[in-house]
Amino acid sequence: MELHEFSLRELRQGLQERDFSSVELTTTLLKRISALNPALNAFVTVTESKALAAAAAADARRAAGEDGPLLGIPMAHKDIFCTAGVRTTCGSKMLEHFVAPYNATVVERLAAEGMVMLGKLNMDEFAMGSSNETSYFGPVRNPWHTDMVPGGSSGGSAAAVAAGLIPVATGTDTGGSIRQPAALCGITGIKPTYGRVSRYGMIAFASSLDQGGPMARNAEDCALMLNVMAAHDPRDSTSHPAAASDFLRGLDRPLQGLRVGVPEEFFGAGLDPEVAAAVQAGIAELARQGAAVQSIRLPNNPHAVSTYYVLAPAEASSNLARFDGVRYTHRAANPADLTDLYQQSRYEGFGAEVRRRILVGTYVLSAGYYDAYYRKAQQVRSLIREDFRRAFAEVDVIVGPTTPTPAFPLGAKNADPVAMYLADIYTIAVNLAGIPALSVPCGFTAAGLPVGMQLMGDYFADDLLLNVAHRYQQETQWHRARPSLQAGEA
Amino acid sequence: MDWEVVIGLEVHAQLNTATKIFCGCPTAFGAEPNSHTCPVCLAMPGALPVLNAAAVDKAIALGLAIGAELNRHSIFARKNYFYPDLPKGYQISQYELPVVGKGTLTVQLADGVEKVVGVTRAHLEEDAGKSLHEAFIGQSGIDLNRAGTPLLEIVSEPDMRSPAEAVAYLKKLHALVRYLDICDGNMQEGSFRCDANVSLRRPGAAYGTRAEIKNLNSFRFLEKAIEYEIVRQRDILESGGQIVQETRLYDANRDETRSMRSKEEANDYRYFPDPDLLPLVLDESRIERIRDILPELPDAKRTRFMNQYALTAYDAGVLTAGRVLADYYEQVAADVDGKLAANWVMGDLLGALNKAGIEIDDCPASAEKLRLLVQRIADQTISGKIAKEIFEEIFYRGGEVDAIIDGRGLRQITDVAAIAAMGDAIVTANPQQAADFRAGKDKLLGFFVGQVMKASQGKANPDQVNAILLERLQKG
Ligand SMILES: [Zn+2]
Repeated sequence: MELHEFSLRELRQGLQERDFSSVELTTTLLKRISALNPALNAFVTVTESKALAAAAAADARRAAGEDGPLLGIPMAHKDIFCTAGVRTTCGSKMLEHFVAPYNATVVERLAAEGMVMLGKLNMDEFAMGSSNETSYFGPVRNPWHTDMVPGGSSGGSAAAVAAGLIPVATGTDTGGSIRQPAALCGITGIKPTYGRVSRYGMIAFASSLDQGGPMARNAEDCALMLNVMAAHDPRDSTSHPAAASDFLRGLDRPLQGLRVGVPEEFFGAGLDPEVAAAVQAGIAELARQGAAVQSIRLPNNPHAVSTYYVLAPAEASSNLARFDGVRYTHRAANPADLTDLYQQSRYEGFGAEVRRRILVGTYVLSAGYYDAYYRKAQQVRSLIREDFRRAFAEVDVIVGPTTPTPAFPLGAKNADPVAMYLADIYTIAVNLAGIPALSVPCGFTAAGLPVGMQLMGDYFADDLLLNVAHRYQQETQWHRARPSLQAGEA
Repeated sequence: MDWEVVIGLEVHAQLNTATKIFCGCPTAFGAEPNSHTCPVCLAMPGALPVLNAAAVDKAIALGLAIGAELNRHSIFARKNYFYPDLPKGYQISQYELPVVGKGTLTVQLADGVEKVVGVTRAHLEEDAGKSLHEAFIGQSGIDLNRAGTPLLEIVSEPDMRSPAEAVAYLKKLHALVRYLDICDGNMQEGSFRCDANVSLRRPGAAYGTRAEIKNLNSFRFLEKAIEYEIVRQRDILESGGQIVQETRLYDANRDETRSMRSKEEANDYRYFPDPDLLPLVLDESRIERIRDILPELPDAKRTRFMNQYALTAYDAGVLTAGRVLADYYEQVAADVDGKLAANWVMGDLLGALNKAGIEIDDCPASAEKLRLLVQRIADQTISGKIAKEIFEEIFYRGGEVDAIIDGRGLRQITDVAAIAAMGDAIVTANPQQAADFRAGKDKLLGFFVGQVMKASQGKANPDQVNAILLERLQKG
């Protein structure tokens, strides 16, 4: 096995035993990035010299007797997390040259543990997209098949981890943006319970839905990352006082007696049969390990997508108002007056999908439409939450497909926004409820594309989800499969 | 037929917290532009608001002081509009569920009548920054120091029926926020500002269409603007026209209001609950803790002054109009007659302050000095006339009361023999006047008293002078 395939535990062991230094590890991965990134476009910014300096600092800490599960281990952040001194674009022309004077809390916490940031990862513009094609910096390609999308919006994170450019990455998930690309790229990613991971310094798309989380090649690596990422942050009012936990502790618990619910609504029309088969096999493996599987109903799940596409754009239309051409954003040249400055800067700075969602959001909040759209959607959101509450009275985890289809070709859904929105049909309800969910690789299609299985848990059952995923990965090999990539491919 | 004016006021009181409402930046006025800013109040990407608990406590204090319902669960909402000095593109405010609900404020009118004015609500919100147009050609400068300063917007019912009532309400509210120490009340700097909703109707009829007058930053401007608006609206209505619902700006230089924007041009603010902030939940212990430390409020203090110091309602009202003045008075009245102390504070002191254009907060003569001065009158060390001289001295030039008395030999002469000697000398020196007095010209007593006072350089005790002269003149 090569260095770029190591898990976090293996990397730590290698560093502890001085098999390699953090500088050597970092250099190896930076070389791999420069060889493979041109084909994948996973990185928007590579911070080579800062990375080498951080690696040297980590080596010095280790030489001084320090140790820690993440000390000296390379990673990269989705370009939605603000990084002091390194530009944060959010995949947009609007922030092409924006350099934050502060770190996101997540960035700060991981850096404090001695992680080495190699750069910033491509994403759909302002996290709005399910294919990574809305990025101003061009689409990311799926390492398993470079004509295919990696999913989105954390497509750069998923592709970079799957391709072995980095062992772990951060992502954010508003309607499936960690889980859907994780599924499409064959990696493991968890959207934690809302309030687990601080949103401070994470550029807001839809504040009541956004949640940061780790993306890695297995559940244990996710747990190691979440141990640091999950913490109460006084700078984020929605951060939960009991956010922190030890996610490693229960990782090995056997699944005997685990109550697994399989929602009928997740296996209806529109589900690719190959995906269905792989997920059913995954559920069978859980049963083989002693889980009790039963069918459940989430009757309001079919309304999740339409509810989401009222609430998320509403919040986004307000969250993105600060990008107005006045301060740190793109500014139109020679505006005629103030209104022109706003209109031109925003027209030029935002891509088509972002503009579409701002328009939708503005509309649903307008006088005369608020009750019919925004207020109604909030009511449906309560019903969706209630669905889960009822379900979790009967089962411990809910299992189903992460996505209705495997990765689709670039450009396939660009002309049809609604078809694109349906790529998140199984992931959105989780964000509306605020519960945790993760995606694990559970098989491949005949064409060699990965399939993801989604595990959903009750509030603060993140540790249980990681436990189930870890036990599953002890008995399966899907997460060990690697795409074959050569430099200059595609 | 008469018109009745209907007035409601919206007051923005800047809460005097040390830091802003959603970040830790200082709220101090007058700093270098944009020096009191951080990622949160600059609306940098990813920055998030965290509510300042002190601002909430001050809102609760106001709610308790006006006997208002305190909403145990209130919501912050976003008011969306674009403006360069509004960096987020929305203002965080409260909309459907404010922290303070219905309450009342009792105001004293000039004729001694009390009026109860309803307060509809009071809600917390953040202030915007400032656009500076003067220093730049073809551009505007933005100063975001003020952005995020906590405001309490206090909305009254349309209960006022004259400019005088509106002014009385505003003054009462102004006194209240200063008593509560929740706002510095500085109207020039804009920390206490007011918008007025004004409409006319025939008595008993439904409310007329109103105009909202903005930018009223003094009691006088409020009065003037409403007076102007009454005439403007009356002229329109009496010539058969209709009032347009609009926002008008008061121009103090020209003493007129003019249209800013009509209702049709008004923004659709697209209010919705701010997902970055949890609902504001007030628990009983927090409310009780604030109730326990609430200071004595103007109405209670006024009643106590009337009882404790035997003051008239009017005097007690003047002396309790502000907390600083009331505290000053109580110090002066500590060991002397309350009425005497009131005369000095309301007469000489307020007169001097007024003449010098100084607020009581910056009074150059301490209450302790005035207390001693009044005490020296009471214990007959000096006369009232001498006291006025000493007051001028300590007010304008400083110094200690007793030191001035002794240094200048101003101690009152109360020695009967000494006064009698002076009296005899004056009577002897003015035989004609003495004869006239005895012949019945009683008024001449004043002449003799004046002469003795002059001879004693004002130090003789006037009552004694009077008595001794009367005896000597009648005897002679
Ligand atoms: Zn600030």
